Amino acid sequence: MTSDLFRFAAPQAFFPLAGKLIPWFSVLAGVLTLAGLYVAFFVAPTDHQQGEAYRIIFIHVPAAWMSMFLYVVMAGWAGLGLALNTRLSGMMASAIAPTGAMFTFLALWSGALWGRPTWGAYWVWDARLTSELVLLFLYLGFIALKSAIEDPTRADRAGAILALVGVVNVPIIYYSVQWWNTLHQGASVSLTRAPSMASTMLAGMLLMALAAWMYSIATTLCRVRSIILERERDAEWVRMTKERAAA
Amino acid sequence: MPRAFSFIIQRELRLALRRKGDVLNVLVFFIVVASLFPLGVGPEPNQLRAMAAGVTWIAALLAAVLSLPRLFAADYADGTLEQMLVAPQPLIVVVLAKAAAHWLLTGVPLALAAPVIGLQYDLPTDALGVLLASLLIGTPVLSLLGAAGAALTLGVRGGGALLGLLVLPLFVPVLVFGAGAVTSTLIGINPAAHLSLLGAFLAVSSLIGPWAACAALRVALD
Repeated sequence: MTSDLFRFAAPQAFFPLAGKLIPWFSVLAGVLTLAGLYVAFFVAPTDHQQGEAYRIIFIHVPAAWMSMFLYVVMAGWAGLGLALNTRLSGMMASAIAPTGAMFTFLALWSGALWGRPTWGAYWVWDARLTSELVLLFLYLGFIALKSAIEDPTRADRAGAILALVGVVNVPIIYYSVQWWNTLHQGASVSLTRAPSMASTMLAGMLLMALAAWMYSIATTLCRVRSIILERERDAEWVRMTKERAAA
Repeated sequence: MPRAFSFIIQRELRLALRRKGDVLNVLVFFIVVASLFPLGVGPEPNQLRAMAAGVTWIAALLAAVLSLPRLFAADYADGTLEQMLVAPQPLIVVVLAKAAAHWLLTGVPLALAAPVIGLQYDLPTDALGVLLASLLIGTPVLSLLGAAGAALTLGVRGGGALLGLLVLPLFVPVLVFGAGAVTSTLIGINPAAHLSLLGAFLAVSSLIGPWAACAALRVALD
């Protein structure tokens, strides 16, 4: 069983597996998004404090969750690649980074759109906003470092070291920013909403979070397939695949 | 090992003394940046006093980032770094010694110049002392984490700007606690908590920084 699983650590074996998995995750992502959006717009009630503006949470909260989760997953793959010297791990880390950065940006952007009607400002120096922004910088640094190094093996290892240093620092940055915020008296508004949330709101949010998860897996697999093809373009099996695809 | 450590520090200091410009430029850059802020935001003393710590610290971060690419570059270019890698002494001793020398050559001068900038910003005397203390505790972090950034960007295209992008987000806690210590003194709070947290972050970075720098050097020289 385990030896069967480890077989997929080889890019050659993983490539067709990823190809088979992508349609499943894409369909799941599509179905869950539709269900989530239906609940979000037609089932969930209007919030008595924030009106309709609160509905941004159905995209904002899943995006924020994924942005943090994907960084940890990326660092996990990177660390695995560094420890076991597997080629696929570095490719996975590279494939996750753009999706993570996209979700971080989405969380910031949707937060700004929500902040304007609710707080009266697109941006406040709230601890969570600030640390999310720093997280975006960490993603951008990882992507920039990888793209600046020509040799893929060196790029993978250097990126892995950076991701590991980053993942240790993320909680420290979060708490330091939080403390900085309380020291500066913060904004008078806080992110804490009404304590109880209608269960349909929660259901919509969880559906959207699952959809975001499936979407991340599908895009990561898509991207990793391209990376595999690009890096292994001189390998015999890639040529065989291309010939088969052409035939 | 202690001999190798002190030898590398002496070597770095001697090399720096023969090219004083490199060290002085960083210091002058620090003072220039800090002196430009009042020209941009206006000379209102209360506003300047409130900004002083943040401005000084950000100028220090930028000056550190400016000086970091040279940490390994010359030794990388002429092959010395490769010899250090194959030498019997563990690589971490080399990295620690280089970071220590970098701190002596940039961190300490910046810290000593900071009270002068504090005076420009009309900081009271007790806050000047705290500013000096916060820079003395905080700047080693810049050298330690910066060493990792310098090693990662060794011989990479556009290394300088990339280095800033990599390490500046990691410096956030230093900035928060360093500037926070001074600001809390201004509003009558004991800065000990900030300085202790700064010390704690120094302890954490002295674990992570050299490890990451060693790993990155091995990758770069592979």
